[in-house]
Amino acid sequence: MRETLDPWIFVYAAYAVGVGGTALVIAWSLISMRAAERRRERSREP
Amino acid sequence: MHGFANPARFVRLARWLMPLLLGIGVALAGAALVWGLFFAPAERLQGETVRILYVHVPSAWLGMGGWTAIAVASFVELVWRHPLAGIAARAAAVPGAFFTAVCLITGSLWGRPAWGTWWVWDGRLTSMLVLLFLYFGYIALAQAASGAESGGHEASRIAAVFGLVGAVNIPIIHYSVLWWNSLHQPPSITIGKSAMAADFLVPLLVATLGFSLIFGGVVLARMRAILADSQAEARLRRKAMARGAA
Repeated sequence: MRETLDPWIFVYAAYAVGVGGTALVIAWSLISMRAAERRRERSREP
Repeated sequence: MHGFANPARFVRLARWLMPLLLGIGVALAGAALVWGLFFAPAERLQGETVRILYVHVPSAWLGMGGWTAIAVASFVELVWRHPLAGIAARAAAVPGAFFTAVCLITGSLWGRPAWGTWWVWDGRLTSMLVLLFLYFGYIALAQAASGAESGGHEASRIAAVFGLVGAVNIPIIHYSVLWWNSLHQPPSITIGKSAMAADFLVPLLVATLGFSLIFGGVVLARMRAILADSQAEARLRRKAMARGAA
């Protein structure tokens, strides 16, 4: 007998992984870029 | 090409290009995903699960595209010793690994209702998993290269060679569904033609363009971060040497 699964659960889970993950990667890349550029500015101080 | 080898010129370019790529990419990908989730039709055989395609397919292309970018940048680094090529290769590694992981997870989420299983060890899925492990290996090597006090240049060359050798997996992933019996369907879109109806194809292409622009923006942000880190480290090392000599 074929089991019936609600397809929307899988669709929402896939979108959550894709959208949430992409938002995290964008945020991480911007935060790490700003932190690195601040480190570079601090290294210029005598 | 060597005109872009100047880090200061690159930073000037990246400063306006990065937010532009991220802004347009987020708008396009967001619009395509809303389109795919609420307005695109369900498919006759796959039903509602076809909507997973708008996340899964762009992720798969970007996972493979990311390693192709690493291989091209590694080749440029090894042959022409372009100063930004190695940085570009390292910058593409994390977003490439991320999209490969999203491809594997969303593929698994599609496979459960469509095939009745989360995972099968067939050619396409296994070669994609191998790609994820290659990314992990490359990230570890590139990290070792940036952290090496001495011999950093040699470690960077080893990472570049690894990036080139790993590219052999890309055609294996692409042709796996043709070479071996697979649950995974053969490619629906090839250069110049598509087996998909426009109702599915258009949002898919918009999503792919949006995620590709996001990928480009993240790579530019990573390049700026890696460049700033290496400049800060070089300055601190010079200061320490000057203090030691005094």
